[in-house]
Amino acid sequence: MATARKAANSDAAQPNLPFAFRKYTAEQLREVLHKMYLIRRFEEGAEDAYMRGLIHGTMHLSIGQEASALGICMPLTDQDQITSTHRGHGHCIAKGADVKRMFAEFFGKTTGYCKGRGGSMHIADVTKGNLGANGIVAGGIPIAVGAALAAKKLKTGKVAVSFFGDGANNEGAFHEALNMAAVWKLPVIFVCENNGYGMSTSTERSTAVKNIADRASAYAMPGVIVDGNNFSEVAEAADAAVERARAGEGPTLIESKTYRYRGHSKSDRNRYRTKEEIEDWMANRDPIALFEAELKEFGIIDDAGIEAVREAVKKEIADGIEFAKDSPSPEIRDLENYVYTEVA
Amino acid sequence: MDVAVRELSYAQAIQEAMAIAMEQDERVFLMGEDIGVYGGAFQVTGDLVERFGSERVMDTPISELGGAGVAVGAALTGLRPIFEFQFSDFATLAMEQIVNQAAKMRFMLGGEVSVPVVMRFPAGSGTGAAAQHSQSLEAWLGHVPGLKVIQPATPHDVKGMLLAAVADPDPVMIFEHKLLYKMKGPVPEGHYTVPIGKADIRRQGRDLTIVATSIMVHKALEAAAALQAEGIDIEVIDLRTVRPMDKQTIIDSVKKTSRLLCVYEAVKTLGIGAEVSAVVAESDAFDYLDAPIVRLGGAEVPIPYNPDLEKATVPQVPDIIAAARDLAKGKR
Amino acid sequence: MPVEVILPKVDMDMATGQISRWFFEEGASVKQGDVLFEIETDKAAMEIDAPASGTLRNITGKERVDIPVGAPVAWIYAEGEDAGTPAAPAVAAPAEPQPVVNGKAETPMSSSQDKPAQTALAVQETPAPAGAVRATPLARRLAREAGLDLAGVTGSGPHGRVVKADVEAAIAGGGAAKAAAPAAAPVAAAPAAAPAVKPMSDDAVLKLFEQGSYDLVPHDNMRKTIARRLVEAKSTIPHFYLTLDCELDALLKLRSELNAAAPMRKTEKGDAPAYKLSVNDMIIKAMAQALVAVPDANASWTDTAMVKHKHADVGVAVSIPGGLITPIVRKADQKTLSVISNEMKDLARRARDRKLKPEEYQGGTTAVSNLGMFGIKDFAAVINPPHATILAVGAGEERAVVKGGEIRIATVMSVTLSTDHRAVDGALGAELLGAFKRIIENPMTMLV
Repeated sequence: MATARKAANSDAAQPNLPFAFRKYTAEQLREVLHKMYLIRRFEEGAEDAYMRGLIHGTMHLSIGQEASALGICMPLTDQDQITSTHRGHGHCIAKGADVKRMFAEFFGKTTGYCKGRGGSMHIADVTKGNLGANGIVAGGIPIAVGAALAAKKLKTGKVAVSFFGDGANNEGAFHEALNMAAVWKLPVIFVCENNGYGMSTSTERSTAVKNIADRASAYAMPGVIVDGNNFSEVAEAADAAVERARAGEGPTLIESKTYRYRGHSKSDRNRYRTKEEIEDWMANRDPIALFEAELKEFGIIDDAGIEAVREAVKKEIADGIEFAKDSPSPEIRDLENYVYTEVA
Repeated sequence: MDVAVRELSYAQAIQEAMAIAMEQDERVFLMGEDIGVYGGAFQVTGDLVERFGSERVMDTPISELGGAGVAVGAALTGLRPIFEFQFSDFATLAMEQIVNQAAKMRFMLGGEVSVPVVMRFPAGSGTGAAAQHSQSLEAWLGHVPGLKVIQPATPHDVKGMLLAAVADPDPVMIFEHKLLYKMKGPVPEGHYTVPIGKADIRRQGRDLTIVATSIMVHKALEAAAALQAEGIDIEVIDLRTVRPMDKQTIIDSVKKTSRLLCVYEAVKTLGIGAEVSAVVAESDAFDYLDAPIVRLGGAEVPIPYNPDLEKATVPQVPDIIAAARDLAKGKR
Repeated sequence: MPVEVILPKVDMDMATGQISRWFFEEGASVKQGDVLFEIETDKAAMEIDAPASGTLRNITGKERVDIPVGAPVAWIYAEGEDAGTPAAPAVAAPAEPQPVVNGKAETPMSSSQDKPAQTALAVQETPAPAGAVRATPLARRLAREAGLDLAGVTGSGPHGRVVKADVEAAIAGGGAAKAAAPAAAPVAAAPAAAPAVKPMSDDAVLKLFEQGSYDLVPHDNMRKTIARRLVEAKSTIPHFYLTLDCELDALLKLRSELNAAAPMRKTEKGDAPAYKLSVNDMIIKAMAQALVAVPDANASWTDTAMVKHKHADVGVAVSIPGGLITPIVRKADQKTLSVISNEMKDLARRARDRKLKPEEYQGGTTAVSNLGMFGIKDFAAVINPPHATILAVGAGEERAVVKGGEIRIATVMSVTLSTDHRAVDGALGAELLGAFKRIIENPMTMLV
C-alpha cells in the first residue's frame, strides 16, 4: 500500500485532481475503499457480537472516522510504527492487520493478536508495525516518541506515528512528548483525530485553543488541519509529514477533524449531542460515501465494482467471525504466561 | 583466571556497570535529568558524557512522564535505555508509563513484545532532603506484575545486578539508597552479573533470622556483630530483589533459626515486611516459628526535615539490637 | 427474512436487562432509527433504535422482565414479508442465555466464567490449638510429635508463652503430663505417633480378614450421615450419664383407662378408636414436661452463648431399614397425649418411607431412644446435636422392690440420661431426671 507511484492520471494530464488521485494507482485507490468498508463492517460486526453478549468488556467504535485512519497510514510502510488509542480498530486494519485475528482477539481466543489477553483496547499487530492500542489517554504518545528515538539512533529510516484523540491534547504526556520530539528532531507524526468530544466534553469546553493544531506552535513544529473525512486530504498531509520526518526535519502535528457516529463506548447514552448533529454527519459528510463519489467521478470504479467490494468485505467479516468462534479459548493454567519473558 | 578486585564506591560501581554495558552493546544508552555535563544529581553518571557523547548520555527535559514513556517506547523498538530518575520520589510523576505501559505491554500484547528498560531510582532518607525527596517506594512498584524490582546493598551487587538488569528482557527497577552511594566495597573488574531474584545470606547464624533490604542490611550486620558478644547468633539475609522475591532462602533460614525479624526503611505497614512475614506464615516454616514475627520499618509519617526526627523515622542500629535481643529471649 | 430485534448489551458486565417500556405496539410500522424501546440497567436507561424499517411483529420481550443479552425481543418484517413465526423461541427469562448467531449457539462471555478458579488456595489444615495454652508453632509441633500435653508445661517466653526450650526441658525432665492418646509412643523418639488419632484405614481393616470371606456393601447417604454425626457427637460433646428406675404401674393403669375411653371415629377401614396411646407417647410427654419444670436443662451449647429454649421439642429415635432417624415432636409440652400419639404414628410411618422433610427431623431440644421393646434393661445413648440431653429408655419389667423394709413386686423401667456436660452439669441432670420420674410415677400430671 505504501509504494507510491504515479497513477495513470499524471499531474500533467489532470492538474486539478485531488492529491490521492494524482499520487496513487486505481488499484491502490480501490484497495483503500475495500479497507474503508473492512473497518466499518468489522466494527459493525464487533458491535453486533458485543450486543449479543459474545464479546466481553466494552469497546470504542470509530465508525465515521475511517478516512482518517487510512489516509494517515497510506504513506507508511510495514516497517513504520504506530501507537494507537482505545478507539484503535481502524488504525489496526489500516496498518494491515487481518480481521480474522482481530475478531479472535475480541472473542478472547488464543488465535487473537494478543492471545486473548488484550482485547479491543490493546489490539495490536507488531508484525505490521502497530505497537498497540492503548487504554490510557495519551499513553501511546511518548511511546511513539521513543520509537522515533530508536529509529533515529539505529538509523533505520522508520517513522513513528502516534494516533490520539482530542481528549489527549490536554494530558501532560502530550505536551512532554511533543516538546521532546521537537527538541530532538525525531521522525514522528502526531495525529490528533479530533472527533469533537472527549467522552462527553466537547473540545470547546475542554481546550483553550480553537484548533488543536494550534498547539504545534508551542513546540516549533508544523500544525496542519485537515478534513478527516476526506481521504485525499488526510493522505496529502500525512505524505508531507512522512517526507519531512524521513528527511530528518522533525515532527509534525496533524489535526484530522472528524466525527464518531457511535457513543464514546458501549455505555454512552449520547446525552451531550443531538440526534440531528449525528444524522447531519452521517447524511452529508460520511467518509465512505464521499470517497465512493470521488472514485466514481474520476472513473476509478463503477457501481458494480462498489457492490463487488461490499460483497467481498461481507464474506471476509463472516469468515472472520467464524474463525474467531471456532478458535480455542486460553487455558486457565496459562494465566500467568507473558507477564515476564519466558526463560528458555 | 584472576580478576582484579578493587575498592569502589557504590556510585562508581554503577557508573562502571553502565560504561561496560554501553561499551559492549551499541543499543544501550542513558537518559535522565542533568546526567550529562552535570554528571547526575548524585554524580553517578559523572563524566560518562565525555566518554560516550551526549547522544548516549542524553539529558532530558524535566519531563518524568514523557521521559519514562520515551524510554519505554525506545525499549519496545530495539534499544536498551537506562533511565535515571533524579529522585525515586519522582516516580510518582511517571507512574502511568511504569505501571500501565512498561509493566503490562508484554502481557497485553500476548507476549509479542518485550520492554527491556532499566530505571534507576535514588531512594531513601538521611540526606535532609525532607518529605518529597527521601521516600522508599520500592513496595509500590513491587506490587506490579510485569516489573522486576531490585535493591542492591553493596557496590559489588549493584554493578552485577545492573548488568543483569541491562541484559534482562523485562523492565527492571533499581532502587539505590542515596546513603550507599559513597559506601566503598570490593568490586571485580570487567563484566559480571549478580542474578535478579536471588537473596544472599550475608551472615550465617543459628538463633534468629533478620531479612533486611538495601542500607538496612548494613545496619543489621552491625547489630548482629554487637549481639554476638551477648551470645546471640544472628543470620542476616540481604533480600536484594523485591520482585520476584526469593522465598526459599527466607523459608530455609527461618526453619533453621525459628525466629524472624524484618528490617526495612520504607513505611512499616503494607510493605515488604508484611510480604516477607506472609511468606513464612504461609509456608511450612510456620511450624518452626518459636516466637511471633517482628517487623522494624519506617514510622507512619512523611520523612521529616529535622535531622533527629529524620533519624527517628527509620530503623537505626540500636533499634535493631533491641528488637533482636527481645526476639531471641527464651532461645537458650 | 424478518430482521431480528435483540436485547442488546449496553453496559459492561451486563448479562440480562429489562425493557422498561416499548414505544411501539405489535403490528406498528417503524422506521430504521426509531426508538423502539428503553432498557433499564443498574446505572441508566438506554433507548434502543429500530435496526430496520418495516412492521413490528412477534414482540416477545415483555416489559419489566429479565431478558438475557442477545435474546430476540421482536422482529421487523419488510413489506409483503410472510409474518410466520420466526425460528427462535419467545423469551421470558431463561436462566441460561444461549443466544444464537449465524445458527450457532455460543456461550456469552461473562465475567463469572473467566474468573480463574485456581486463585483460591487450599487452606492448609492446622492442628487445633491445645486448649488455652500460649505456645509457639514450633513448641506445639514438638509437643505433638512427642505426645506431650502442653497444659502441663510452664512457658518461659514473653507472656508466659511456651517455647521450644520449654518443651525440650519438659521432655528431658519427663515431669510434664503426657497426652493420653499416643501413650505408647516412647517420649524420646523424635517422630513419634501420628499427631491425631485417626481411624484405621480401609486397607488396614480389610487386611484383617481373609479375602472372599466378606462382601463390601457401599454406604448410602444415610449411613454416611449417621457415621459422621455420631463421630462428631462423641468426639466433641463431653458426655456423662445418670441412671434411675421408674415405677410404671400407675402409668400403665392410666394408659389402659385412657385407651378404653377413646371415642370411636369413622375411618376408611371402618370404625377405629380416635387414639391408642403407647408407653412411649407418655414418655415423650413426660420428658417434655420435665424440661419445662427444669428449664435450665432445656438448652443447647454454643461456644459464645448458652441457647435456652422456650419450648420442649422432643426427638424420637425411630429405627428404619438401613439406619435410624429422629423426627421431632415440636412443643410436646403443650400437646395432649392423643395429639402426640397420632403425630408420632404419622412421623414414624413417613420416616420408614423416607418421606420426612428436613425440618421434621432437624433441630429439637432433647431426644428419647427406647429399646425397651427388645428387652434391653439399660443402655446409654449418644447425644444428637444440638441437643444437650438424650433419654435412653429400657424395658418395663416386674422387679422385686424393697420399700419401708418390705419386698413387693412392681413394674420398673430403668432410664439413663446422657447429658452434654458443657450445658447440663451433674446436679442439673439429676434434677431433670428426678422431675421425669415424678411425672412418670404420677401420670395424672400429664393430663392437666
